[in-house]
Amino acid sequence: MDSIKGPSSKKLSLYGSEFESRFLIGSAQHPSPAILLDAIVASRAGIVTVSLRREAGKNSGKDGAGQQFWSLIQQSGARLLPNTAGCKTVKEAVNTAHMARELFDTPWIKLEVIGEDDTLQPDVFGLVEAARILCAEGFQVFPYTTDDLVVADKLLAAGCEVLMPWGSPIGSGRGLNNPFALRALRAHFPDTTLVVDAGIGLPSQAAQAMELGYDAILLNTAVAKAGDPVAMARAFAQAIEAGRLAFQAGAIEARDMAAPSTPVLGSPFWHGEHEQ
Amino acid sequence: MKIQLNGASHDTEHPDLAALVAAQGHEGGEVATAIDGLFVPRQNRSQSPLNEGCAVEIVAPMEGG
Repeated sequence: MDSIKGPSSKKLSLYGSEFESRFLIGSAQHPSPAILLDAIVASRAGIVTVSLRREAGKNSGKDGAGQQFWSLIQQSGARLLPNTAGCKTVKEAVNTAHMARELFDTPWIKLEVIGEDDTLQPDVFGLVEAARILCAEGFQVFPYTTDDLVVADKLLAAGCEVLMPWGSPIGSGRGLNNPFALRALRAHFPDTTLVVDAGIGLPSQAAQAMELGYDAILLNTAVAKAGDPVAMARAFAQAIEAGRLAFQAGAIEARDMAAPSTPVLGSPFWHGEHEQ
Repeated sequence: MKIQLNGASHDTEHPDLAALVAAQGHEGGEVATAIDGLFVPRQNRSQSPLNEGCAVEIVAPMEGG
């Protein structure tokens, strides 16, 4: 019987909330606000990631970008997952999380503590420390992490109920750089909700992650920068659903040699031993 | 006095954060704030004095991945 949480669940479960879709979509970099909204609809995602930026004063003549976006994103009807993008220290991440909680009125936070600029690799030491602080303060933390098993264990000990390992560097479109490590993570934490976040470029890569038993996919650039973001959002939705179905169906084991799918006994011109 | 407002030098005579936010034309709930890297909750802004050289952040929702 399916449990509520974990990889065998029929619905995606995140800190007690359930979602039909296993697609979390980012709201950045889309060609226009209208295309962003259409892409969200096409993705069927129930969760959209958002962020914070410095807001110019209304007397400056450059005002209102934040409120315009706020009005737009509320039209989507999606649950919002604010991030701490750009934060490089524990202090920055923790204080950004607090600002996000007040502004978006949600305990959810996608926790990013970036340790290296070229790869945007998480600073996993800072990540664990920030996660511990935020979980203790009542946040429901979605940590953007690597595929490291020990770090994952420490994030769970810090209070995280969801882990979001990268597939490959943010925006790279390289897909799953280390399927072995992701498979090991899935096997090691069978009851933890695992979301592949970052690096997915193609629907086939999203399907691959879902076939490994991951619970959901979070991506942004692959849709936003596609030639037709709305069509690509739809393609990812289908791939994520197909990958999930394949995981539940149970795939065959790969083998080195052929195994005929058509029974050969008694076939015309059969080359086996003749029956006596 | 001179302060840093969202990373830029800014002259203000407002004594506290709530007054500065209002002077910038923001409704209180539209933005979130910090002074010197520390979050200041909405209800604490009027009790948060601005000091010479302090760094104020006023942020709003934006797109994110």
